[in-house]
Amino acid sequence: MQLRVRALETVLAEKGYIDPAALDAIIEAYETKVGPHTGACVVAKAWSDPAFKRALIADASKAVASFGLLNRVGDHLIAVENTPKLHNMIVCTLCSCYPWEVLGLPPVWYKSAPYRSRAVNDPRGVLADFGVKLPADTQIRVWDSTAETRFIVLPMRPPGAEGWSEEKLATLVTRDCMIGTGLPKDPKNAKEAA
Amino acid sequence: MDGIHDMGGMHGFGKVEPEPNEPVFHAPWEGRTFALNRALGYTGIWTIDQTRAGIERLPPDVYLSSSYYKKWEMRLENLIVELGLADADEIKAGHALRPGRTLKRKLNAADVPNTLTRGSFSRPAQAPARFKPGDRVRTKNIHPATHTRLPRYARGRSGVVEALRGCHVFPDTVAIGNGENPQWLYTVLFDGRELWGEKTDPSLKVSIEAFEPYLEAA
Repeated sequence: MQLRVRALETVLAEKGYIDPAALDAIIEAYETKVGPHTGACVVAKAWSDPAFKRALIADASKAVASFGLLNRVGDHLIAVENTPKLHNMIVCTLCSCYPWEVLGLPPVWYKSAPYRSRAVNDPRGVLADFGVKLPADTQIRVWDSTAETRFIVLPMRPPGAEGWSEEKLATLVTRDCMIGTGLPKDPKNAKEAA
Repeated sequence: MDGIHDMGGMHGFGKVEPEPNEPVFHAPWEGRTFALNRALGYTGIWTIDQTRAGIERLPPDVYLSSSYYKKWEMRLENLIVELGLADADEIKAGHALRPGRTLKRKLNAADVPNTLTRGSFSRPAQAPARFKPGDRVRTKNIHPATHTRLPRYARGRSGVVEALRGCHVFPDTVAIGNGENPQWLYTVLFDGRELWGEKTDPSLKVSIEAFEPYLEAA
């Protein structure tokens, strides 16, 4: 594949369509700048600041844009909140739609046939693959990303992190808990690592 | 199209297998393939739905047996030739054999930070929205042979409009070069049993993002 892609790049650069230096910059941005740390900051702020949380649920694109610390996000970001009675999960059954701006590029499993096929009819089975078990009466809400709207799950703040700073709270927020296939880290276990 | 890409509800693919500490790209060519797609997309030569349709048209056996970025690479080769950006003999030779076309713009490294934010797909409405939150709707039983974003598992099903998401570019037309044709977009919520039958876990609800032409009043 390496040679084939290099041949393609050479043709397209010689034709004057692309600049290899721009490709380097794109790869660097997605390897180092864009990633789930951005989403984790958003979640930690929502856990700490009730006004921000309300703004995030009302219009996530606008709320995140007002944040200041982050890259601007596009117009169509929607934050969906987990509660003791409701667990949200995000999928794209048709391709691989994913909130790049807040979570980076999707992991391989998110784009794989097992996840895309089962998330909509067996989300509890999928959660079991991730080692997550929810009470039987928790409603499971699956969001199929079939248009340009993008979703991020706002997980529940775990108990045991009272008084933590936003920065420290962000260390509890995993990528998977913002997709809905995981839960935030337990503060008891995270303390030593942080 | 009723292709292999439309996977919601299919059986037999096995367990989800997360990879611990997964890298962003698994090999340098994956990053180059990703970046080539992004840089060419910036020139305005295609729309996002044309690229999705490019993946959907891969033969089913190829689709299932190729990695994600391998599919992107094949799609790229196909689109480059289809759109007249380069010819197959040039890709084979690994060099341009003829001068390139003039494209609208070219991505420079300095402009890459500005491309990390998605563009907007909102467009001015052509007509008032037919439905409002709380309305009962039924998805149409349609099977276009071209690109659509109404998944098979959610066709001919009753649901409730949960939210109106604005008026957006319509994938079904833009993917085949018939214009943006903006349409109202709704979040439509279905009971799991409506989609998968009476034996389904009653705690399951599934929503899709549905364009107005996919819906009728129920």
